[in-house]
Amino acid sequence: MAFAMGKCINKGVKKITYSYRKVRFENIFRRSLMLTALAVLIIVIGIFFTLVVQSMPSIKTLGIKYIWSKTWDPVSDMYGAFPFLLGTLLTSFLALIISIPFSFAIAVYLGEYNTTGWLGGLLKNMVELIAAVPSVIYGFWALVTLVPIVRNFETKIGVAPYGVGIFTSSIVLAIMIVPYAASLGRELIRLVPSSLKEGAYSLGATRYEVVKNVILPHTKSGLMAGILLSLGRALGETMAVTMVIGNTSIIPTSIFSPGNTMASVIANEFTEADRTVYLSALIELALVLFLVTVVINMIGKRIIKRFTYD
Amino acid sequence: MIRTLKRMRYRIGLSSIFHGLIVLFAFLITIPLIAILYFVVREGITRINWNFLIHIPKPVGEEGGGIANALLGSLIIVVVAALIAIPVGIFSGIYLSENKSSRLSYWSRLAVDILQGVPSIVIGIVIYFWIVKPSGTFSAISGSIALAIMMLPIIIKSTEETLKLIPANLKEAGFALGLPYHKVILRVIVPCGMSGILSGVILAVARIAGETAPLLFTAFGNPYLSTNIAKPMQTLPLLIFNYATSPYEDWHNLAWGASFILLIWILLLNIITKLVTKKWKVQL
Repeated sequence: MAFAMGKCINKGVKKITYSYRKVRFENIFRRSLMLTALAVLIIVIGIFFTLVVQSMPSIKTLGIKYIWSKTWDPVSDMYGAFPFLLGTLLTSFLALIISIPFSFAIAVYLGEYNTTGWLGGLLKNMVELIAAVPSVIYGFWALVTLVPIVRNFETKIGVAPYGVGIFTSSIVLAIMIVPYAASLGRELIRLVPSSLKEGAYSLGATRYEVVKNVILPHTKSGLMAGILLSLGRALGETMAVTMVIGNTSIIPTSIFSPGNTMASVIANEFTEADRTVYLSALIELALVLFLVTVVINMIGKRIIKRFTYD
Repeated sequence: MIRTLKRMRYRIGLSSIFHGLIVLFAFLITIPLIAILYFVVREGITRINWNFLIHIPKPVGEEGGGIANALLGSLIIVVVAALIAIPVGIFSGIYLSENKSSRLSYWSRLAVDILQGVPSIVIGIVIYFWIVKPSGTFSAISGSIALAIMMLPIIIKSTEETLKLIPANLKEAGFALGLPYHKVILRVIVPCGMSGILSGVILAVARIAGETAPLLFTAFGNPYLSTNIAKPMQTLPLLIFNYATSPYEDWHNLAWGASFILLIWILLLNIITKLVTKKWKVQL
Protein backbone atom coordinates (compact mmCIF):
# COMPACT_ATOMS: atom_id res chain seq x y z
CA MET A 1 0.00 0.00 0.00
CA ALA A 2 2.65 2.44 1.09
CA PHE A 3 4.73 1.23 -1.76
CA ALA A 4 1.93 1.92 -4.28
CA MET A 5 1.33 5.38 -2.85
CA GLY A 6 5.00 6.16 -3.07
CA LYS A 7 4.96 5.13 -6.72
CA CYS A 8 1.95 7.34 -7.31
CA ILE A 9 3.60 10.35 -5.69
CA ASN A 10 6.73 9.65 -7.63
CA LYS A 11 4.74 9.68 -10.86
CA GLY A 12 3.10 12.98 -9.89
CA VAL A 13 6.43 14.57 -9.05
CA LYS A 14 7.82 13.37 -12.35
CA LYS A 15 4.89 14.87 -14.21
CA ILE A 16 5.28 18.18 -12.37
CA THR A 17 9.02 18.36 -13.01
CA TYR A 18 8.35 17.44 -16.64
CA SER A 19 5.88 20.27 -17.18
CA TYR A 20 8.10 22.55 -15.12
CA ARG A 21 10.96 21.74 -17.45
CA LYS A 22 8.69 22.37 -20.42
CA VAL A 23 7.80 25.82 -19.11
CA ARG A 24 11.43 26.57 -18.41
CA PHE A 25 12.40 25.46 -21.90
CA GLU A 26 9.68 27.67 -23.32
CA ASN A 27 11.06 30.64 -21.43
CA ILE A 28 14.57 29.89 -22.60
CA PHE A 29 13.24 29.70 -26.16
CA ARG A 30 11.44 33.02 -25.90
CA ARG A 31 14.51 34.61 -24.37
CA SER A 32 16.84 33.30 -27.07
CA LEU A 33 14.54 34.72 -29.76
CA MET A 34 14.76 38.07 -28.04
CA LEU A 35 18.51 37.80 -27.60
CA THR A 36 19.13 37.20 -31.31
CA ALA A 37 16.97 40.19 -32.19
CA LEU A 38 18.96 42.19 -29.65
CA ALA A 39 22.21 40.85 -31.13
CA VAL A 40 21.48 42.48 -34.50
CA LEU A 41 20.92 45.78 -32.76
CA ILE A 42 24.13 45.35 -30.76
CA ILE A 43 26.12 44.54 -33.93
CA VAL A 44 25.04 47.81 -35.56
CA ILE A 45 25.70 49.88 -32.43
CA GLY A 46 29.00 48.04 -32.05
CA ILE A 47 30.02 48.88 -35.62
CA PHE A 48 29.34 52.55 -35.01
CA PHE A 49 31.17 52.71 -31.69
CA THR A 50 34.15 50.71 -32.94
CA LEU A 51 34.55 53.17 -35.80
CA VAL A 52 34.23 56.18 -33.49
CA VAL A 53 36.66 54.83 -30.88
CA GLN A 54 39.25 53.75 -33.43
CA SER A 55 39.14 57.06 -35.28
CA MET A 56 39.49 59.07 -32.02
CA PRO A 57 43.29 59.62 -32.39
CA SER A 58 42.78 61.20 -35.79
CA ILE A 59 39.74 63.23 -34.71
CA LYS A 60 41.78 64.58 -31.79
CA THR A 61 44.99 65.42 -33.64
CA LEU A 62 43.55 66.52 -36.99
CA GLY A 63 40.24 68.01 -35.90
CA ILE A 64 37.51 69.09 -38.27
CA LYS A 65 39.88 70.52 -40.87
CA TYR A 66 40.69 66.92 -41.79
CA ILE A 67 37.62 67.01 -44.03
CA TRP A 68 38.84 69.84 -46.28
CA SER A 69 42.63 69.57 -46.03
CA LYS A 70 43.83 68.97 -49.55
CA THR A 71 47.00 66.94 -49.00
CA TRP A 72 47.16 63.27 -48.22
CA ASP A 73 50.81 62.39 -47.66
CA PRO A 74 51.33 59.74 -44.98
CA VAL A 75 55.13 59.88 -45.44
CA SER A 76 55.27 63.46 -44.15
CA ASP A 77 52.37 62.86 -41.75
CA MET A 78 49.82 65.02 -43.57
CA TYR A 79 46.28 63.74 -43.73
CA GLY A 80 43.49 65.46 -45.62
CA ALA A 81 40.37 63.69 -46.76
CA PHE A 82 39.32 66.18 -49.41
CA PRO A 83 40.76 64.33 -52.45
CA PHE A 84 38.84 61.20 -51.48
CA LEU A 85 35.62 63.01 -50.67
CA LEU A 86 35.81 64.71 -54.06
CA GLY A 87 36.71 61.44 -55.78
CA THR A 88 33.80 59.63 -54.14
CA LEU A 89 31.31 62.37 -54.96
CA LEU A 90 32.51 62.67 -58.58
CA THR A 91 32.42 58.94 -59.32
CA SER A 92 29.10 58.34 -57.57
CA PHE A 93 27.23 61.26 -59.09
CA LEU A 94 28.65 60.69 -62.54
CA ALA A 95 27.65 57.03 -62.28
CA LEU A 96 24.20 58.06 -61.11
CA ILE A 97 23.73 60.44 -64.04
CA ILE A 98 24.85 57.80 -66.51
CA SER A 99 22.64 55.13 -64.95
CA ILE A 100 19.39 57.10 -64.59
CA PRO A 101 18.23 56.91 -68.24
CA PHE A 102 18.84 53.18 -68.30
CA SER A 103 17.20 52.36 -65.00
CA PHE A 104 14.25 54.61 -65.85
CA ALA A 105 13.85 52.96 -69.25
CA ILE A 106 13.97 49.49 -67.73
CA ALA A 107 11.48 50.45 -65.01
CA VAL A 108 9.01 51.92 -67.52
CA TYR A 109 9.47 49.09 -70.02
CA LEU A 110 8.96 46.32 -67.44
CA GLY A 111 6.34 48.19 -65.43
CA GLU A 112 4.19 49.54 -68.24
CA TYR A 113 5.10 48.50 -71.79
CA ASN A 114 5.93 44.83 -71.42
CA THR A 115 4.71 43.47 -68.12
CA THR A 116 4.05 39.85 -69.02
CA GLY A 117 5.76 39.04 -72.32
CA TRP A 118 8.70 36.65 -72.62
CA LEU A 119 10.97 39.49 -73.75
CA GLY A 120 10.14 41.39 -70.59
CA GLY A 121 10.86 38.29 -68.52
CA LEU A 122 14.19 37.88 -70.28
CA LEU A 123 15.15 41.49 -69.62
CA LYS A 124 14.09 41.18 -65.98
CA ASN A 125 16.30 38.13 -65.50
CA MET A 126 19.24 39.84 -67.18
CA VAL A 127 18.88 42.90 -64.96
CA GLU A 128 18.87 40.63 -61.92
CA LEU A 129 21.98 38.97 -63.29
CA ILE A 130 23.72 42.35 -63.46
CA ALA A 131 23.20 42.66 -59.71
CA ALA A 132 24.46 39.13 -59.13
CA VAL A 133 27.83 39.36 -60.89
CA PRO A 134 30.54 39.90 -58.23
CA SER A 135 32.16 43.32 -58.23
CA VAL A 136 35.67 41.94 -58.59
CA ILE A 137 34.66 40.40 -61.92
CA TYR A 138 33.37 43.81 -63.04
CA GLY A 139 36.69 45.28 -62.01
CA PHE A 140 38.69 42.65 -63.84
CA TRP A 141 36.61 43.02 -67.01
CA ALA A 142 36.89 46.80 -66.87
CA LEU A 143 40.64 46.59 -66.38
CA VAL A 144 41.07 44.41 -69.45
CA THR A 145 38.49 45.76 -71.91
CA LEU A 146 37.14 49.11 -70.73
CA VAL A 147 40.44 50.74 -69.83
CA PRO A 148 41.91 50.43 -73.38
CA ILE A 149 38.67 51.73 -74.88
CA VAL A 150 38.67 54.76 -72.58
CA ARG A 151 42.37 55.30 -73.31
CA ASN A 152 41.65 55.43 -77.06
CA PHE A 153 38.78 57.80 -76.44
CA GLU A 154 41.00 60.05 -74.30
CA THR A 155 43.69 60.18 -76.98
CA LYS A 156 41.06 61.20 -79.50
CA ILE A 157 39.68 64.07 -77.45
CA GLY A 158 43.18 65.17 -76.47
CA VAL A 159 43.44 64.65 -72.73
CA ALA A 160 46.17 62.73 -70.95
CA PRO A 161 45.45 59.08 -71.84
CA TYR A 162 45.58 57.29 -68.49
CA GLY A 163 42.75 54.90 -69.28
CA VAL A 164 42.13 54.36 -65.60
CA GLY A 165 40.47 57.10 -63.61
CA ILE A 166 37.25 58.64 -62.42
CA PHE A 167 35.49 58.38 -65.79
CA THR A 168 36.21 54.66 -66.16
CA SER A 169 35.11 53.93 -62.59
CA SER A 170 31.90 55.86 -63.14
CA ILE A 171 31.01 53.73 -66.16
CA VAL A 172 31.60 50.49 -64.25
CA LEU A 173 29.67 51.82 -61.25
CA ALA A 174 26.81 52.95 -63.50
CA ILE A 175 26.41 49.42 -64.88
CA MET A 176 26.51 47.94 -61.40
CA ILE A 177 23.87 50.22 -59.83
CA VAL A 178 21.28 50.12 -62.62
CA PRO A 179 19.44 47.06 -61.18
CA TYR A 180 18.69 48.70 -57.81
CA ALA A 181 16.80 51.71 -59.12
CA ALA A 182 15.31 49.70 -62.00
CA SER A 183 13.72 46.92 -59.97
CA LEU A 184 12.28 49.30 -57.39
CA GLY A 185 10.94 51.60 -60.12
CA ARG A 186 9.32 48.65 -61.87
CA GLU A 187 7.51 47.60 -58.70
CA LEU A 188 6.24 51.13 -58.09
CA ILE A 189 5.10 51.70 -61.65
CA ARG A 190 3.12 48.45 -61.43
CA LEU A 191 1.38 49.79 -58.33
CA VAL A 192 -0.10 52.75 -60.22
CA PRO A 193 -3.88 52.11 -60.18
CA SER A 194 -5.06 51.05 -63.61
CA SER A 195 -8.20 53.18 -63.22
CA LEU A 196 -6.00 56.29 -63.37
CA LYS A 197 -4.24 55.10 -66.51
CA GLU A 198 -7.49 53.97 -68.15
CA GLY A 199 -9.04 57.32 -67.32
CA ALA A 200 -6.23 59.10 -69.14
CA TYR A 201 -6.46 56.75 -72.12
CA SER A 202 -10.21 57.25 -72.38
CA LEU A 203 -9.63 60.99 -72.56
CA GLY A 204 -7.51 60.33 -75.63
CA ALA A 205 -4.03 60.49 -74.12
CA THR A 206 -1.19 58.75 -75.92
CA ARG A 207 1.04 56.31 -74.13
CA TYR A 208 3.79 58.92 -73.71
CA GLU A 209 1.29 61.33 -72.18
CA VAL A 210 0.09 58.66 -69.77
CA VAL A 211 3.65 57.97 -68.65
CA LYS A 212 4.45 61.66 -68.35
CA ASN A 213 1.24 62.94 -66.78
CA VAL A 214 -0.08 59.98 -64.79
CA ILE A 215 2.66 57.49 -63.98
CA LEU A 216 5.51 59.91 -63.33
CA PRO A 217 3.68 62.24 -60.94
CA HIS A 218 2.28 59.21 -59.12
CA THR A 219 5.65 57.49 -58.63
CA LYS A 220 7.95 60.51 -58.45
CA SER A 221 9.04 60.20 -54.83
CA GLY A 222 9.43 56.43 -55.13
CA LEU A 223 11.68 56.79 -58.17
CA MET A 224 13.73 59.31 -56.17
CA ALA A 225 14.05 56.73 -53.40
CA GLY A 226 15.31 54.18 -55.92
CA ILE A 227 17.92 56.66 -57.11
CA LEU A 228 18.97 57.32 -53.50
CA LEU A 229 19.40 53.60 -52.87
CA SER A 230 21.57 53.33 -55.99
CA LEU A 231 23.61 56.25 -54.74
CA GLY A 232 24.13 54.45 -51.44
CA ARG A 233 25.43 51.44 -53.38
CA ALA A 234 27.73 53.58 -55.51
CA LEU A 235 29.25 55.37 -52.51
CA GLY A 236 30.21 52.17 -50.75
CA GLU A 237 31.30 50.09 -53.73
CA THR A 238 34.93 49.13 -53.25
CA MET A 239 36.52 46.47 -55.40
CA ALA A 240 35.56 47.42 -58.94
CA VAL A 241 36.45 51.05 -58.26
CA THR A 242 39.74 50.19 -56.59
CA MET A 243 40.79 48.22 -59.65
CA VAL A 244 40.17 50.94 -62.24
CA ILE A 245 40.41 54.35 -60.55
CA GLY A 246 44.20 54.65 -60.68
CA ASN A 247 44.81 55.11 -56.96
CA THR A 248 46.52 58.46 -56.58
CA SER A 249 45.92 60.78 -53.68
CA ILE A 250 46.22 63.93 -55.80
CA ILE A 251 43.09 66.01 -56.17
CA PRO A 252 41.48 65.07 -59.50
CA THR A 253 41.58 67.97 -61.98
CA SER A 254 39.06 66.61 -64.47
CA ILE A 255 36.77 63.62 -64.75
CA PHE A 256 39.41 61.86 -66.83
CA SER A 257 42.19 62.07 -64.25
CA PRO A 258 42.97 59.20 -61.90
CA GLY A 259 41.97 59.56 -58.27
CA ASN A 260 40.82 57.63 -55.24
CA THR A 261 37.51 57.18 -53.45
CA MET A 262 37.09 56.76 -49.71
CA ALA A 263 36.46 53.03 -50.08
CA SER A 264 39.35 52.49 -52.49
CA VAL A 265 41.89 54.31 -50.33
CA ILE A 266 40.86 52.19 -47.36
CA ALA A 267 41.20 49.02 -49.41
CA ASN A 268 44.63 50.06 -50.66
CA GLU A 269 46.28 51.51 -47.59
CA PHE A 270 44.66 49.86 -44.57
CA THR A 271 47.11 46.96 -44.30
CA GLU A 272 50.16 49.16 -44.79
CA ALA A 273 49.16 51.90 -42.35
CA ASP A 274 51.87 51.59 -39.69
CA ARG A 275 51.24 54.64 -37.49
CA THR A 276 48.31 55.25 -35.18
CA VAL A 277 47.25 58.52 -36.78
CA TYR A 278 47.57 57.11 -40.30
CA LEU A 279 45.43 54.10 -39.41
CA SER A 280 42.85 56.10 -37.54
CA ALA A 281 42.64 58.67 -40.35
CA LEU A 282 41.64 55.78 -42.62
CA ILE A 283 39.08 54.60 -40.08
CA GLU A 284 37.67 58.10 -39.89
CA LEU A 285 37.07 57.82 -43.64
CA ALA A 286 35.20 54.58 -42.98
CA LEU A 287 33.16 56.37 -40.30
CA VAL A 288 32.22 59.15 -42.73
CA LEU A 289 31.32 56.54 -45.34
CA PHE A 290 29.21 54.64 -42.80
CA LEU A 291 27.31 57.74 -41.68
CA VAL A 292 26.68 59.01 -45.22
CA THR A 293 25.39 55.65 -46.49
CA VAL A 294 23.22 55.18 -43.39
CA VAL A 295 21.60 58.60 -43.84
CA ILE A 296 21.01 58.07 -47.57
CA ASN A 297 19.57 54.60 -47.05
CA MET A 298 17.32 55.76 -44.23
CA ILE A 299 15.88 58.58 -46.32
CA GLY A 300 15.33 56.18 -49.22
CA LYS A 301 13.67 53.54 -47.04
CA ARG A 302 11.45 56.16 -45.37
CA ILE A 303 10.17 57.31 -48.77
CA ILE A 304 9.48 53.75 -49.89
CA LYS A 305 7.65 52.95 -46.68
CA ARG A 306 5.39 55.95 -47.10
CA PHE A 307 4.75 54.78 -50.61
CA THR A 308 3.68 51.26 -49.75
CA TYR A 309 1.37 52.37 -46.94
CA ASP A 310 -0.47 55.03 -48.91
CA MET B 1 -9.53 70.56 -88.56
CA ILE B 2 -6.19 70.19 -90.28
CA ARG B 3 -4.50 71.71 -87.28
CA THR B 4 -6.00 69.17 -84.89
CA LEU B 5 -5.04 66.41 -87.30
CA LYS B 6 -1.46 67.68 -87.37
CA ARG B 7 -1.43 68.00 -83.63
CA MET B 8 -2.68 64.43 -83.29
CA ARG B 9 -0.04 63.13 -85.66
CA TYR B 10 2.60 64.98 -83.65
CA ARG B 11 1.38 63.48 -80.40
CA ILE B 12 1.27 59.95 -81.79
CA GLY B 13 4.71 60.44 -83.33
CA LEU B 14 6.10 61.66 -80.02
CA SER B 15 4.61 58.68 -78.27
CA SER B 16 6.21 56.22 -80.65
CA ILE B 17 9.56 58.00 -80.43
CA PHE B 18 9.31 57.70 -76.66
CA HIS B 19 8.45 54.02 -76.99
CA GLY B 20 11.49 53.49 -79.20
CA LEU B 21 13.78 55.29 -76.76
CA ILE B 22 12.51 53.28 -73.80
CA VAL B 23 13.08 49.98 -75.62
CA LEU B 24 16.49 51.14 -76.85
CA PHE B 25 17.77 52.21 -73.43
CA ALA B 26 16.23 49.25 -71.64
CA PHE B 27 18.02 46.78 -73.87
CA LEU B 28 21.29 48.72 -74.16
CA ILE B 29 22.14 47.70 -70.60
CA THR B 30 22.32 44.06 -71.64
CA ILE B 31 25.31 44.82 -73.88
CA PRO B 32 27.88 45.22 -71.08
CA LEU B 33 26.41 42.20 -69.31
CA ILE B 34 26.73 40.05 -72.42
CA ALA B 35 30.22 41.44 -73.00
CA ILE B 36 31.28 40.49 -69.47
CA LEU B 37 29.78 37.01 -69.68
CA TYR B 38 31.31 36.46 -73.13
CA PHE B 39 34.74 37.63 -71.98
CA VAL B 40 34.81 35.58 -68.80
CA VAL B 41 33.63 32.46 -70.61
CA ARG B 42 36.00 32.91 -73.56
CA GLU B 43 39.06 33.58 -71.40
CA GLY B 44 38.12 31.26 -68.58
CA ILE B 45 36.86 28.08 -70.17
CA THR B 46 40.17 27.20 -71.82
CA ARG B 47 41.98 27.28 -68.46
CA ILE B 48 39.64 24.84 -66.80
CA ASN B 49 40.99 21.32 -66.54
CA TRP B 50 41.58 18.78 -63.84
CA ASN B 51 45.01 20.16 -62.90
CA PHE B 52 43.59 23.65 -62.56
CA LEU B 53 41.14 22.40 -59.97
CA ILE B 54 43.47 20.26 -57.83
CA HIS B 55 46.74 22.23 -57.77
CA ILE B 56 47.74 25.37 -55.94
CA PRO B 57 49.17 28.38 -57.85
CA LYS B 58 52.76 28.05 -59.03
CA PRO B 59 55.32 30.86 -58.73
CA VAL B 60 55.51 33.37 -61.57
CA GLY B 61 57.28 31.97 -64.61
CA GLU B 62 56.31 28.36 -64.11
CA GLU B 63 53.68 26.79 -66.35
CA GLY B 64 50.47 25.42 -64.94
CA GLY B 65 49.25 25.67 -61.41
CA GLY B 66 45.68 25.88 -60.23
CA ILE B 67 43.35 27.40 -57.72
CA ALA B 68 42.63 24.49 -55.38
CA ASN B 69 43.45 26.60 -52.32
CA ALA B 70 40.96 29.30 -53.31
CA LEU B 71 38.21 26.81 -54.15
CA LEU B 72 38.55 25.02 -50.84
CA GLY B 73 38.94 28.30 -48.93
CA SER B 74 35.86 29.86 -50.50
CA LEU B 75 33.84 26.76 -49.70
CA ILE B 76 34.97 26.65 -46.06
CA ILE B 77 34.52 30.36 -45.43
CA VAL B 78 31.07 30.51 -47.01
CA VAL B 79 29.86 27.35 -45.24
CA VAL B 80 31.06 28.61 -41.85
CA ALA B 81 29.48 32.02 -42.52
CA ALA B 82 26.18 30.33 -43.37
CA LEU B 83 26.36 28.17 -40.23
CA ILE B 84 26.71 31.33 -38.15
CA ALA B 85 24.17 33.46 -39.98
CA ILE B 86 21.33 30.95 -40.53
CA PRO B 87 20.35 30.29 -36.87
CA VAL B 88 20.79 33.91 -35.79
CA GLY B 89 18.97 35.22 -38.87
CA ILE B 90 16.04 32.83 -38.63
CA PHE B 91 15.64 33.39 -34.89
CA SER B 92 15.61 37.18 -35.21
CA GLY B 93 13.23 36.85 -38.15
CA ILE B 94 10.89 34.76 -35.97
CA TYR B 95 11.14 37.31 -33.18
CA LEU B 96 10.31 40.18 -35.53
CA SER B 97 7.30 38.41 -37.03
CA GLU B 98 6.04 37.27 -33.60
CA ASN B 99 6.45 40.64 -31.88
CA LYS B 100 5.28 43.08 -34.53
CA SER B 101 5.10 46.19 -32.42
CA SER B 102 7.36 45.77 -29.42
CA ARG B 103 9.98 48.44 -28.84
CA LEU B 104 12.82 45.98 -29.40
CA SER B 105 11.43 44.94 -32.78
CA TYR B 106 11.21 48.57 -33.88
CA TRP B 107 14.88 49.17 -33.11
CA SER B 108 15.87 45.76 -34.37
CA ARG B 109 14.13 46.39 -37.69
CA LEU B 110 15.89 49.73 -37.96
CA ALA B 111 19.19 47.98 -37.28
CA VAL B 112 18.48 45.45 -40.04
CA ASP B 113 17.73 48.30 -42.45
CA ILE B 114 20.97 50.05 -41.50
CA LEU B 115 22.99 46.85 -41.70
CA GLN B 116 21.75 46.23 -45.23
CA GLY B 117 23.21 49.53 -46.41
CA VAL B 118 26.57 49.38 -44.63
CA PRO B 119 29.39 49.26 -47.21
CA SER B 120 31.08 45.87 -47.10
CA ILE B 121 34.53 47.37 -46.57
CA VAL B 122 33.35 49.01 -43.34
CA ILE B 123 32.28 45.61 -42.02
CA GLY B 124 35.73 44.29 -42.93
CA ILE B 125 37.42 47.03 -40.89
CA VAL B 126 35.19 46.52 -37.87
CA ILE B 127 35.77 42.76 -37.84
CA TYR B 128 39.49 43.49 -38.07
CA PHE B 129 39.25 45.32 -34.75
CA TRP B 130 36.87 42.82 -33.19
CA ILE B 131 38.66 39.61 -34.05
CA VAL B 132 41.85 39.93 -36.09
CA LYS B 133 43.61 42.43 -33.83
CA PRO B 134 42.81 40.75 -30.47
CA SER B 135 43.76 37.32 -31.82
CA GLY B 136 46.88 38.68 -33.47
CA THR B 137 46.45 36.97 -36.83
CA PHE B 138 44.30 37.17 -39.95
CA SER B 139 41.99 34.19 -39.97
CA ALA B 140 39.36 32.49 -42.06
CA ILE B 141 36.89 32.54 -39.17
CA SER B 142 37.03 36.34 -39.01
CA GLY B 143 36.23 36.41 -42.73
CA SER B 144 33.30 34.09 -42.12
CA ILE B 145 31.97 36.33 -39.38
CA ALA B 146 32.21 39.40 -41.63
CA LEU B 147 30.29 37.56 -44.35
CA ALA B 148 27.78 36.26 -41.80
CA ILE B 149 27.01 39.85 -40.74
CA MET B 150 26.36 40.67 -44.38
CA MET B 151 24.03 37.68 -44.74
CA LEU B 152 21.96 38.52 -41.66
CA PRO B 153 19.72 41.28 -43.10
CA ILE B 154 18.70 39.18 -46.11
CA ILE B 155 17.86 36.11 -44.02
CA ILE B 156 16.05 38.13 -41.34
CA LYS B 157 13.95 40.02 -43.90
CA SER B 158 12.91 36.95 -45.87
CA THR B 159 12.10 35.00 -42.69
CA GLU B 160 10.04 37.85 -41.27
CA GLU B 161 8.14 38.48 -44.50
CA THR B 162 7.41 34.77 -45.03
CA LEU B 163 6.24 34.09 -41.49
CA LYS B 164 4.00 37.16 -41.52
CA LEU B 165 1.96 35.59 -44.31
CA ILE B 166 1.22 32.38 -42.40
CA PRO B 167 -2.39 32.43 -41.15
CA ALA B 168 -2.81 32.90 -37.40
CA ASN B 169 -5.28 30.02 -37.06
CA LEU B 170 -2.50 27.51 -37.73
CA LYS B 171 -0.76 28.83 -34.65
CA GLU B 172 -3.96 28.90 -32.64
CA ALA B 173 -4.72 25.30 -33.60
CA GLY B 174 -1.30 24.33 -32.28
CA PHE B 175 -1.90 26.09 -28.98
CA ALA B 176 -5.37 24.55 -28.70
CA LEU B 177 -3.78 21.11 -28.85
CA GLY B 178 -1.67 22.08 -25.85
CA LEU B 179 1.63 22.41 -27.68
CA PRO B 180 4.25 24.55 -25.96
CA TYR B 181 5.30 27.78 -27.68
CA HIS B 182 8.60 26.52 -29.04
CA LYS B 183 6.95 23.48 -30.59
CA VAL B 184 4.31 25.63 -32.28
CA ILE B 185 7.04 27.82 -33.74
CA LEU B 186 9.54 25.13 -34.70
CA ARG B 187 7.14 22.36 -35.74
CA VAL B 188 4.24 24.31 -37.25
CA ILE B 189 5.19 27.85 -38.23
CA VAL B 190 8.75 27.38 -39.48
CA PRO B 191 7.99 24.28 -41.62
CA CYS B 192 5.11 26.18 -43.22
CA GLY B 193 7.43 29.03 -44.16
CA MET B 194 10.39 26.79 -45.02
CA SER B 195 10.42 27.63 -48.72
CA GLY B 196 10.61 31.38 -48.14
CA ILE B 197 13.28 31.01 -45.48
CA LEU B 198 15.25 28.63 -47.69
CA SER B 199 15.20 30.96 -50.67
CA GLY B 200 16.31 33.83 -48.42
CA VAL B 201 19.24 31.74 -47.23
CA ILE B 202 20.30 30.76 -50.76
CA LEU B 203 19.97 34.35 -51.92
CA ALA B 204 22.12 35.49 -49.02
CA VAL B 205 24.79 32.92 -49.91
CA ALA B 206 24.69 34.04 -53.55
CA ARG B 207 25.15 37.66 -52.47
CA ILE B 208 28.20 37.04 -50.30
CA ALA B 209 29.92 34.31 -52.29
CA GLY B 210 31.50 36.93 -54.53
CA GLU B 211 32.34 39.49 -51.84
CA THR B 212 35.95 40.62 -51.69
CA ALA B 213 36.07 43.80 -49.66
CA PRO B 214 35.18 42.35 -46.23
CA LEU B 215 37.79 39.62 -46.71
CA LEU B 216 40.71 41.93 -47.48
CA PHE B 217 41.52 42.55 -43.80
CA THR B 218 40.08 39.35 -42.36
CA ALA B 219 40.72 36.17 -44.37
CA PHE B 220 43.56 38.05 -46.08
CA GLY B 221 44.51 35.35 -48.60
CA ASN B 222 47.06 32.58 -48.56
CA PRO B 223 49.11 31.15 -51.44
CA TYR B 224 49.06 27.66 -49.92
CA LEU B 225 46.38 25.09 -49.28
CA SER B 226 44.99 25.54 -45.79
CA THR B 227 42.04 24.10 -43.92
CA ASN B 228 42.74 25.74 -40.57
CA ILE B 229 40.05 28.33 -39.94
CA ALA B 230 42.23 30.09 -37.36
CA LYS B 231 44.79 30.92 -40.06
CA PRO B 232 44.60 33.11 -43.19
CA MET B 233 42.83 31.46 -46.09
CA GLN B 234 42.56 32.14 -49.83
CA THR B 235 39.16 32.64 -51.47
CA LEU B 236 38.15 32.92 -55.12
CA PRO B 237 37.30 36.67 -55.07
CA LEU B 238 40.52 37.52 -53.21
CA LEU B 239 42.54 35.45 -55.67
CA ILE B 240 40.90 37.19 -58.63
CA PHE B 241 41.58 40.61 -57.11
CA ASN B 242 45.23 39.90 -56.29
CA TYR B 243 46.07 38.19 -59.57
CA ALA B 244 44.07 40.52 -61.82
CA THR B 245 45.92 43.56 -60.51
CA SER B 246 49.32 41.84 -60.83
CA PRO B 247 51.41 42.51 -63.94
CA TYR B 248 52.04 38.83 -64.81
CA GLU B 249 50.33 37.10 -67.71
CA ASP B 250 50.31 33.69 -65.96
CA TRP B 251 48.50 35.13 -62.99
CA HIS B 252 45.97 36.86 -65.22
CA ASN B 253 45.19 33.49 -66.73
CA LEU B 254 44.63 31.97 -63.31
CA ALA B 255 42.36 34.91 -62.47
CA TRP B 256 40.29 34.34 -65.64
CA GLY B 257 39.82 30.68 -64.76
CA ALA B 258 38.86 31.62 -61.22
CA SER B 259 36.41 34.26 -62.51
CA PHE B 260 34.77 31.65 -64.71
CA ILE B 261 34.30 29.25 -61.81
CA LEU B 262 33.06 32.01 -59.47
CA LEU B 263 30.57 33.19 -62.09
CA ILE B 264 29.22 29.67 -62.69
CA TRP B 265 28.88 29.14 -58.96
CA ILE B 266 26.96 32.36 -58.44
CA LEU B 267 24.77 31.75 -61.48
CA LEU B 268 23.88 28.32 -60.13
CA LEU B 269 22.97 29.76 -56.73
CA ASN B 270 20.76 32.36 -58.39
CA ILE B 271 19.05 29.79 -60.58
CA ILE B 272 18.39 27.61 -57.53
CA THR B 273 16.84 30.61 -55.74
CA LYS B 274 14.66 31.21 -58.80
CA LEU B 275 13.52 27.60 -58.89
CA VAL B 276 12.78 27.53 -55.16
CA THR B 277 10.77 30.75 -55.28
CA LYS B 278 8.94 29.61 -58.40
CA LYS B 279 8.12 26.15 -57.08
CA TRP B 280 6.68 27.41 -53.81
CA LYS B 281 5.52 30.75 -55.21
CA VAL B 282 7.35 32.83 -52.61
CA GLN B 283 7.51 36.58 -52.90
CA LEU B 284 10.85 38.01 -51.87
